[in-house]
Amino acid sequence: MKLKANIATSDNGFIFNPATGDSYTSNTIAAFILALMKAGKADADIKLELLDTYDVEATALERDWEDWLLQLKDANLLEAK
Amino acid sequence: MANLTNAPLVIGVTGLNATENPGPGLAVIRALREAFPQVRIIGLAYESLEPGIYMHNLVDKTYQIPYPSAGSVALSQRLQAIQAKEHMDLIIPNFDAELYNFIKIKAELQIIGIRLILPTHQQLAACSKPNLAAFGRLHQLNVPKSLSIFNADELHNAADELNFPLVIKGKFYEAEIAHTASQAQNAFYRLSAKWGTPIIVQQFIKGTEINVAGLADGKGNALSVVPMRKLYITDKGKAWAGITIADDKLLTIAHRFAAASKWSGGFELELMQDKAGELFIMEINPRFPAWIYLTAAAGQNQPAALVKMALGETVEPLTEYQVGKMFIRYALDHVTDVSEFQQFSAFGEL
Repeated sequence: MKLKANIATSDNGFIFNPATGDSYTSNTIAAFILALMKAGKADADIKLELLDTYDVEATALERDWEDWLLQLKDANLLEAK
Repeated sequence: MANLTNAPLVIGVTGLNATENPGPGLAVIRALREAFPQVRIIGLAYESLEPGIYMHNLVDKTYQIPYPSAGSVALSQRLQAIQAKEHMDLIIPNFDAELYNFIKIKAELQIIGIRLILPTHQQLAACSKPNLAAFGRLHQLNVPKSLSIFNADELHNAADELNFPLVIKGKFYEAEIAHTASQAQNAFYRLSAKWGTPIIVQQFIKGTEINVAGLADGKGNALSVVPMRKLYITDKGKAWAGITIADDKLLTIAHRFAAASKWSGGFELELMQDKAGELFIMEINPRFPAWIYLTAAAGQNQPAALVKMALGETVEPLTEYQVGKMFIRYALDHVTDVSEFQQFSAFGEL
């Protein structure tokens, strides 16, 4: 999934949608993932980086990933498919 | 003719009521002072407790002017007396209710050197709250269904047609959301007692409130358009904090409005975006909004551009502005002496 091109993110995890004025704060892991998404990395590559970086099981990551995408979709931050 | 390079500009400004439901005057003045540091600001106030009267860092001199209900002759006479002393280059009116009179005496004021950039009476009427739905239909602009009523008995039919909740709006200002017939009736009596009739009964649209401040040249072109999302809304529905946003659909609506109305001067579109992303024009305000300084802060100083228009300069369309520029309004106790209050109350000038 791709973040909308206009979404602004900062290193400290602040997210700003310039089309709506909505803003969000995210924790360190979310900021890490957002930076990878902004860099255009594929979902599979991001998951591999997460497995390498954090102490997490693949099945748990898969479950959390789906939840993460739902949150991004709900916040209107993802490109339409 | 005054210009920006030699004689200091003298500009009259109304709307000095920086209260919990603020007039745009002080924000307009702030934008003007940023663009023209030497400007002399003449405040034009209706009541002696308009805070701007006492804010000498913003307003050089203030004169009391007659209420709109006194008519255009009284306004013209008072402005002629003020002009004899102040030599104003232009006036920027900032209240909906005073515009009719200012438009009526525009030519008279022009003769004594006061310029005004205003719509015509027809344009003002076409975009007024009672006529907004018809204006939308005529120009294919998305406006919620609404009815103008003169009698509380008509609320029943309005509710049948539009369904609860309803938005009950005053002719010039204020609106209340009514969920029941009795709430609608109370709102009708409250608002009609304050602002007269008609009362506008509008379909309720749930969504995100977005406002657009604009300046149009009277030839169908919007010279500046800046959209703002409300971040904090007071119980009177006013933005207490807001942020500039970028959405081409908002700019398109403002440009379509300017083209359809041939509007001249400042305006504000109050929009509602529903869950599906559809935009509705809830109101068109025929003047700059109270948050107009944000346009200057974001890179499009609309009051300054209006002054240049009034002085006959060519104003190129402003196309760039900073997205993510925020304002957060605050309340401050301005301290003055009773002698100043007495001076303005007794003599109508300070």
